[in-house]
Amino acid sequence: MCLGVPGQVMEIRQVDGLSMATVDFGGTRRDVCLAYVPEAKVGDFVVVHVGFAISIVSEAEARETRELLEEIAAHELPVRSAS
Amino acid sequence: MKFVDEYRQAAPVHALLAEIRRTVKRPWVLMEICGGQTHAILRYGLDQLLPPEIELVHGPGCPVCVTPLEQVDKALAIAALPGVTFTSYGDMLRVPGSGRDLFSVRAAGGDVRVVYSPLDAIQLAQANPDRQIVFFAIGFETTAPANAMSVLQAERLGLTNFSLLVSHVRVPPAIHAILGAPGNRVEGFLAAGHVCAVMGYHEYPPIAERYHVPVVVTGFEPVDLLRGVLATVRQLESGRAEAENAYTRAVTFEGNRPAQDVLQRVFEDCDRAWRGIGVIPMSGWRLREAFAAFDAERRFDVGDIRTQESKSCIAGEVLQGRKRPPDCAAFGSMCTPEHPLGATMVSSEGACAAYFNYRRQEAAAAEVGSEA
Repeated sequence: MCLGVPGQVMEIRQVDGLSMATVDFGGTRRDVCLAYVPEAKVGDFVVVHVGFAISIVSEAEARETRELLEEIAAHELPVRSAS
Repeated sequence: MKFVDEYRQAAPVHALLAEIRRTVKRPWVLMEICGGQTHAILRYGLDQLLPPEIELVHGPGCPVCVTPLEQVDKALAIAALPGVTFTSYGDMLRVPGSGRDLFSVRAAGGDVRVVYSPLDAIQLAQANPDRQIVFFAIGFETTAPANAMSVLQAERLGLTNFSLLVSHVRVPPAIHAILGAPGNRVEGFLAAGHVCAVMGYHEYPPIAERYHVPVVVTGFEPVDLLRGVLATVRQLESGRAEAENAYTRAVTFEGNRPAQDVLQRVFEDCDRAWRGIGVIPMSGWRLREAFAAFDAERRFDVGDIRTQESKSCIAGEVLQGRKRPPDCAAFGSMCTPEHPLGATMVSSEGACAAYFNYRRQEAAAAEVGSEA
């Protein structure tokens, strides 16, 4: 229930007054309600729980995390060569 | 898959493990709150890759596990009523009540259905105006926004045959209860990333300060989990105790404001019993009076509920991180996912099910290896 996997918004439409999207999870497509991420656009990745997107994945933050990990990995190399 | 695969790669996992080994100097006990994190930790064997100084204990964040027996028994009673279609997330169907589970209600002729989202239950209500559609609204702050929206949608659509059996629980009061309990061993928390995606993490700085424990917002993939562990250990080793975000791509300090607004509108705080743990003050949400028409507990009279827990199940102590699933005499023998004594053996987020699925295979593999 809490394992929200990010999926990509493919299409957005209105159903019974709610903003709904087709979201692709690595090839599996599901209907997802976008009521809580009204700013989501086609192409965005969203974290989905029980049919509702609760967060838009931030590309910028993901990039920063990658850089941080690369820094840690780079830190590891000199230690290794020193030993 | 984007935003998944890159967080499961071996290279960053090993780099993070090396950095954790360099950082840790003393033994520390960390608790991951969320059952989804517990499963990822066991599935990838992260607890065995971490240096021996770091002990991970598993928290109460399994929604199915902590749903109180009384609410499960109410669900069973409502689901057995004629004219009712009872809908639930799939995990809930095999959770044992005092005598039986929802599956056996279905086997006895009850209309019990698994739905993926509460909006599926709304669709059932629209399509079946002659039946009462009841949805079992359980879970933490991650499922609550969906369940709250289903109430607003039912109101908007004028549905009179839709109601919720509400049993929502919240994470911060549980953290208070764990840290305030005598004999608490937890020195740092990996906070549940997606609960924080909804609620933000502005509730955590006062907790970190009051109990002097780091609280680090943590995601669910191996790289995310180790990043959370590293951040927590760095704080502990330097004597800091702060709320910190190690899952920035999905979580902001404020959280999801539209979701918080709807939660505030539909639910109000209430005392809530946690299965195996007991009542935690103001740890749950119930429907506000304005939405009483959608409250299944008011719509259906199920009489007196008398609950009876299994005597041999230690789920309560497992949920509080005091015992590990293999410490239970019934584990893997009297209690299995097919015949669970407690909810922690049922759920895909329960600690007992995680040990049964992942550690039992290792034990079997070791046996095969020794035979060969």
